[in-house]
Amino acid sequence: MAGLTVTPARRARPARRKRSYGSALVLLLAGLYFLVPVAASLWFTVDDPAKGVTLDAYAKGLGDDGMATSLGLSLRLGLATVALGLLLMVPTMVVVTLRLPKLRRVVEVLCMVPLIVPPVALVAGVSTVLSWQQDLADTPLWGTFQVLVNKNFPLVLVLVYTVMSLPFLYRSLDAGLRAVDLATLVEASRSLGASRLATLWRVVVPNLRPALVSGAVLSLAMVLGEYTVATVLGFEPFSVWMVHVGEYEAQLSVAAAMLSLLITWGLLLLLTNLAGGRARKGRKTTA
Amino acid sequence: MAVTTPAPARTSEEPAPPAPARPARRRGAAVRRWRWPAVVPFFAFMAVCFGLPACTLAYNAFTVIDPDTGASHHSLENVRTSLSGAYATGLAGSVKLSLLSAVVATVLGTVIAQAVLASRRSALRKAVVSASGVFANFSGAPLAFAFIATLGTTGTVTRLLHLKATGFSLYTFAGLVLAYLYFMVPLMIVTILPALDGVRAQWREAAASCGATRAQFWRHVGLPVLMPSLLGGAVLMFGTAFASHATAAVMTGSSVPLITIQIANALSGNVLVGQENLALAMSLNMVVIALLVMAVQIPLQRRSNRWLG
Repeated sequence: MAGLTVTPARRARPARRKRSYGSALVLLLAGLYFLVPVAASLWFTVDDPAKGVTLDAYAKGLGDDGMATSLGLSLRLGLATVALGLLLMVPTMVVVTLRLPKLRRVVEVLCMVPLIVPPVALVAGVSTVLSWQQDLADTPLWGTFQVLVNKNFPLVLVLVYTVMSLPFLYRSLDAGLRAVDLATLVEASRSLGASRLATLWRVVVPNLRPALVSGAVLSLAMVLGEYTVATVLGFEPFSVWMVHVGEYEAQLSVAAAMLSLLITWGLLLLLTNLAGGRARKGRKTTA
Repeated sequence: MAVTTPAPARTSEEPAPPAPARPARRRGAAVRRWRWPAVVPFFAFMAVCFGLPACTLAYNAFTVIDPDTGASHHSLENVRTSLSGAYATGLAGSVKLSLLSAVVATVLGTVIAQAVLASRRSALRKAVVSASGVFANFSGAPLAFAFIATLGTTGTVTRLLHLKATGFSLYTFAGLVLAYLYFMVPLMIVTILPALDGVRAQWREAAASCGATRAQFWRHVGLPVLMPSLLGGAVLMFGTAFASHATAAVMTGSSVPLITIQIANALSGNVLVGQENLALAMSLNMVVIALLVMAVQIPLQRRSNRWLG
């Protein structure tokens, strides 16, 4: 055994060193490919052919009403999507895991189906459904449609985004539920006299925290960058505003693009800080 | 009825340990009361927010509305139109773009992930994983603007390297592939890293001690073991590229014919009256293609789980 592992290791050493030049080259090229567009975009936003380096684009962006409104709308849509998604998925997944294992497959398939229907196809169906509004003018449903397409807070976007975020939520919740022994935890909590809601809130949710955080952050990042659904339905969250403003202010829209990269980065950093430590601990115990 | 009968039946069957049986029964009854209410909202939500649009999509795609009379009848005309002329070109363009970028992203993502693993630096790995997470989410309109600012007509790199003189243009098929890879390669890295972790050092040592070269090891051991994961990754890449609309719409407008852009244009009212359902027929074509491609993945995943689980 010892001879077997030592000999190839000795022989492999020069090969490994040669390969590490190869991997260094690969990593260097990859690093260039990923950093050049960011650096070039940043330069694009501060470089003015007439004035040299200025921060005008950023000053203009911060002073722009459209940016504040659209970014605010995107954030509110994102938070509402996360809240609705978690409210729907956490009880469902917990009950399915504990009591209805037969439904697990059904829930999984339903959550993964949005991956097969591209957003642009989904929104085609949604806009057709919304076009029924004219035929329903005399019924109470008309008011419901009005609420759905309210420009200040289009609820229909929250619903569509929640459908689109189900795959992320399912995957992270599924991974989280596999890592803890939920049945024992719930049984212990119930036998100590906790109510069902208290069990859900004080035992299940804290144990699923890393999974909840990662699902929530991924859906939030998706909503903040979403363009297709919002533009087809005629609403103006951040990314749609970015495109509209790009028609006359190229620098401003590139600055906004960099801002959205920064927001994504911040969100994912938050995710690793909030969930990283516990997730690692969990992995160690299962392995 | 069905809810109450099994519980007493079980206690009469096994009277020997009465003490542990009772709390279990009570818990079962209590839980039975709340397990359905907990899952009903999810199914109701799916039925209304996904089922309704999806069924409308499938139904209306086969319905033709007469522009003069407003009467509708079932027909395959929308589907036929959506598979001919400019729309066929768009569908073919989308498939071609997705195939090419999926293959390139799969290869590059795997090579980069392997290079990260081969360096054996955990700090590098951590940095690459978190950067990949960020860049994989950096798609759509912001990505398009980053590329326009870099390689567009007045982009920084275009001016710096005088690329215009070489005839380079970002607003082409190749430019789109270049932009798509920006979020697909990181996605592939994140997807394939766990599978590459599963290629054990012992297998390499075993192959080396039998006299295999590194190329032989990858040809006969590494790649066959990884093949299901690679194909699964490629399917995921294809699906991602196929579904994406914003990057292409913002970058190239309609100059590169793609099905997603044609659907969005049709929905925004750029079709003749009475042809609204054409967009739905095109969407249905997309769903069918996505389904066919995804179907490849399911049997493969089981095989890869056996080796790399």
